[in-house]
Amino acid sequence: MKALSITAILLATASPILADPAVEVMHFWTSGGEAAALGVVRDKVMADGVAWIDAPVAGGGGDAAKTALQTRIASGNPPAAMLMLGQNIVDWANEGLLGNADALATAQGWDAALPLAVQEFTKINGNYVSVPTNVHRTDMIWASKAAFDKIGASYPTSWAELNALAPRFREAGIIPLAHGGQAWQEAYMFEAVAAGVGGAEFYRKALIELDDATLRGPEMVAVFEQLAQLRSMVDPNFPGRDWNLASAMVINGEAAMQIMGDWAKGEFTNAGKQPGADYACIPVPKDNGDGFVYLVNSLSLFAQTDPKAQTAQEVLASAIMDPAVQIAFNQAKGAIPARTDIDLSALDACAQQTSHALAANDAGGTAVPTFAGTHAADAAVVGAATDAITLFFNSDMPAEDGAASLADAIAAAL
Amino acid sequence: MSTPASPVDFRTRLQDWIPKLVLSPSLAAMLVFVYGFIAFTVYLSFSNSRMLPSYDLIGLENYVRLWNLSAWWTAVGNLAIFATLYISICTIIGLTLAILLDQKIRGEGVLRPIYLYPMALSFIVTGTAWKWIMDPGIGLENTMHLWGWTSFQFNWIKDRNMAIYCVVIAAVWQTSGFVMAMFLAGLRGIDNEILKAAQIDGASNWNLYRRIVIPLLRPAFLSAFVILAHLAVKSYDLIIALTGGGPGRATELPATFMYSYTFTRNSMGIGAASAVIMLMTIAAIMTPYLYAELKEKK
Repeated sequence: MKALSITAILLATASPILADPAVEVMHFWTSGGEAAALGVVRDKVMADGVAWIDAPVAGGGGDAAKTALQTRIASGNPPAAMLMLGQNIVDWANEGLLGNADALATAQGWDAALPLAVQEFTKINGNYVSVPTNVHRTDMIWASKAAFDKIGASYPTSWAELNALAPRFREAGIIPLAHGGQAWQEAYMFEAVAAGVGGAEFYRKALIELDDATLRGPEMVAVFEQLAQLRSMVDPNFPGRDWNLASAMVINGEAAMQIMGDWAKGEFTNAGKQPGADYACIPVPKDNGDGFVYLVNSLSLFAQTDPKAQTAQEVLASAIMDPAVQIAFNQAKGAIPARTDIDLSALDACAQQTSHALAANDAGGTAVPTFAGTHAADAAVVGAATDAITLFFNSDMPAEDGAASLADAIAAAL
Repeated sequence: MSTPASPVDFRTRLQDWIPKLVLSPSLAAMLVFVYGFIAFTVYLSFSNSRMLPSYDLIGLENYVRLWNLSAWWTAVGNLAIFATLYISICTIIGLTLAILLDQKIRGEGVLRPIYLYPMALSFIVTGTAWKWIMDPGIGLENTMHLWGWTSFQFNWIKDRNMAIYCVVIAAVWQTSGFVMAMFLAGLRGIDNEILKAAQIDGASNWNLYRRIVIPLLRPAFLSAFVILAHLAVKSYDLIIALTGGGPGRATELPATFMYSYTFTRNSMGIGAASAVIMLMTIAAIMTPYLYAELKEKK
């Protein structure tokens, strides 16, 4: 995957210079649904008279695109906008490389339209440096209705209930938990469990403030104990499996559940499955108050000196925030709109439910940013933590040691 | 050619200059893109670069942090296992195949390319194919179960203690044919007269190979070692395709470590330090080799 990135870098460095107002957009949305979603924005931008220069860099969940961007910045040739995640936006803003859309934001009232959770990763130091397209919820369970019907169980609302279901699924010849054993997937599973077992307050202290005492505390040990429970629910063949193959196991009823971000919905939709009738999308159990782990996708705006280019950038920003575009974009991508002030009736039941949950958690202060998606902490910290998490999940280490090695890894990366 | 007294004619002068002219662009490119970037990487390894290159020097701190990282020790340990097994198994298989092929057997022309063919594949293809072959759910184990041998078990690739050996298997499959070709060329270069003389003296086949042929293959051994050693140190694509560094980072090698720290973890300084260590490892292998080669020429 990453070897492909070398070619991608070479391709991405060629940028045409056009006289007409144009925006060059660098991104890693190359899969079917993602490309279709970005197509919605592109059509709107082009309808508004601005040319669209597409600069996709496939692979690595954005790692390859990030490498390509680094080389372009180093050569003094940034794109107009780039899809990026979480702390990266803060880093680039602090490097002084990002422009802003403040005038537009004030005129269009973005502060009222966007939840605080989204603003946290788009409005840096008081400036809208990034324009959000969508929000993903990462603490989700995808459950097979057929599997739950077979053992006559209802969907779990606490971790104890979920753990109690595992032996019953095994007896019925169903794998309780479909899981893809890749480090990043284990990191997402970890954060879902952290929010579910420990709660939003604990999540903030441990994974955002990186408080050493909390990282070594009894709540973190409880999180690792639950992870160990989940470890015992997967099939022996899980290491290295891609996440969409794990989703397929739930789709065909071979496994009962998968813990994965809401991007998994695309797999179910493509397989012709209906939410409610064939599968359920439920948040992971929350034993300690409500919670919502979110990931914001946004296009960050690089500073432009040419006023024409600035206008083109504003057209792009305006197009992304357009309510109709937000809805159509997220119908294609399977996420939820970044705006919570628009009519959601065109979206499916899963997305509506998630969007309402976001609004409620945002108001209640229990929405927390994703750790695995490098919103909560810097990539160096997340990388080190991911090493510790994946090591724990792929061994029979006791929970206390897991928590200790996580705390050690994070301390070493700071 | 020319004497200082007589004027040097144009042709001779051109002949002197042409090789230099032709070589200079590639020499300049090499200086910048190879040695220039090596120097840049060394500089970065002493700087506090994180997401982007930075020029503030911080001394040896990156090296200290690097050697304190358990992930780096895992990578180095994996490299030691991988390189030792890869080099020795490839050499043994390559030599055995070469000796067997050298017995004037029929169909050598067909057999030789078959053994050599895996070398034509990229490590990505090898890695992906072997990932499927060794996957217990769809590969060898599953096939054996379907054939009725239900007690058969081969799940190394899913076992974090054994996965590194799967990398060895795939890498050996890829390269041993190439090593065979190198030894075969060496064998064909041995003077037949020596072998005949030994046979007349009554040397057994075993002694013939042990005392005469294998010692004469010394240059081939050396070349094989150098090629295999640097392939082992820079192994990256095979890991990415075969295991992705898993299960649980159990098959990370220095090259995959270097990429992830430099480009995905905003730790360019540490990544550069690991690259410098890798370069020093290769240099430690290559320098004695070059020294020996140059000494022989004298």
